[in-house]
Amino acid sequence: MFQNIGEMVLLFWRTLRALPLTWRQRQKVADQLFEIGNASLLMVCVLSFFIGGVLALQTGPVLVERGLHQYVGGLVGVALARELAPVMMAILIAGRCGSAMAAELGSMRVYQEIDALRTMNINPVHFLVLPRLVAIALGLPMLVVFSILVGWLGGALVASITNQIDISVQAFFADLRNGVELKDVVNGVFKSFCFAWIIGIVSCHQGLTTIGGPRGIGRSVTKAVVNSIVLIILFDFFLTRLLLD
Amino acid sequence: MNAPANSTRGVSLQVRNLWKRYGRQEVLRGVEFEVQAGEVFVLMGPSGSGKSVLLKHIIGLETPDAGDIFINGESISTPGVLERHRLAMVFQSGALLNSLTVAENVGLYLSEHRLKPPEEIARVVSEKLAVVGLEGAEDKMPSELSGGMKKRVAIARALVMEPQLILYDEPTSELDPLSAIVIAEEIVKLNRRMGVTSLVVTHDRDLAFDVAHRVAVIHEGRLLAQGAPEDIRQSAHPVIRRFLHAEFNPQTVT
Repeated sequence: MFQNIGEMVLLFWRTLRALPLTWRQRQKVADQLFEIGNASLLMVCVLSFFIGGVLALQTGPVLVERGLHQYVGGLVGVALARELAPVMMAILIAGRCGSAMAAELGSMRVYQEIDALRTMNINPVHFLVLPRLVAIALGLPMLVVFSILVGWLGGALVASITNQIDISVQAFFADLRNGVELKDVVNGVFKSFCFAWIIGIVSCHQGLTTIGGPRGIGRSVTKAVVNSIVLIILFDFFLTRLLLD
Repeated sequence: MNAPANSTRGVSLQVRNLWKRYGRQEVLRGVEFEVQAGEVFVLMGPSGSGKSVLLKHIIGLETPDAGDIFINGESISTPGVLERHRLAMVFQSGALLNSLTVAENVGLYLSEHRLKPPEEIARVVSEKLAVVGLEGAEDKMPSELSGGMKKRVAIARALVMEPQLILYDEPTSELDPLSAIVIAEEIVKLNRRMGVTSLVVTHDRDLAFDVAHRVAVIHEGRLLAQGAPEDIRQSAHPVIRRFLHAEFNPQTVT
């Protein structure tokens, strides 16, 4: 375990040092960004809409019952912006894109494509890891902004059509404006930026250290997704604590 | 086969007392040999004898537990030596990048190191593909190629580096006899035309004796013998005799 952590820290450091080379890899970054956005956007919309809706359903009747209907919009807005959108989207992207990264790099490792790169003096971190990390670090925060907006819309619609809540869309957004500050959205986006690095580093590391054949690739994909999710939840706690101050 | 007189482009290679162990398994046990500049040296041996691991050490993908490798007299463990000499490797599977076209694969070294402008890279790629008989294959994906074509693309990719030493890892494995002959011809042609030093590891006996200036036999991580192809063919060593003269006899199958 400690060896893995050490290797991941080293990979993170090497990628950071390679950041000035991003412009040279811009085509690969754009391809990866398209892959992340194109593959995930519809799923992000559907998930976010229903997360916002469920949040309104769970909290709305309780608050309305106690005469606190003016807090429904703010509560849904803050919960989505600060916590649910960043964490849920990070988990979604870990499953969708982190697994793809680990599988792709894992198969390249198993089929000696990475060795071939090394024999040509091409650094796999520059050629393979950097574009993926930059793309996910840009893509995930963008998806989270999208998710927050769609989630708010989902919450507003559900609040307006549910009899026990019965708050109009306009009233919901007026309450939301009162309850949510720009800082809440920025915090959520910042958290998603950190999660993106976690997913990228964990998945690329698993891919690059794959051993064995197809079974090894499968193992790497599973570990990439599970480890990413565990680290996302752990870091979520510490980042939330940090951002509270 | 005689060593080419004009072999100015190749480099010499010395492997000195190389040892490597993975866990409890000793894969290389004091391997020692020398390849002269411009020579085709074939390292022959059964599967699992340590041939591919040895190649990985020479190209710098593995580090030995003991021993050293010298290129033109300089140890490859000295920083900058591997970078200063142009070494290329043709992998057993070809190891083409599956997400890139044939042209992108062949031109990858030039484009990633920004050694030539795109038009010049396209010209060099076409030229090298023509050398291996694959004109017009630029836009194909590796998944559209046969095993033999993949290996020829891998050779073209190696040629783009204008190598001084080419390492071939089982270049004819998994190929039909006709494709194997084409690959053997390519190895000889490149050596004669460019004077590049070639180290071929194989368990293909026909290939070994057809292309080699000198042959070595490796078994269980130890070099059993090395010398001219005729000397190896007439070796009295029981393991070499068994390896070279093994024939399938259906009468003995019960």
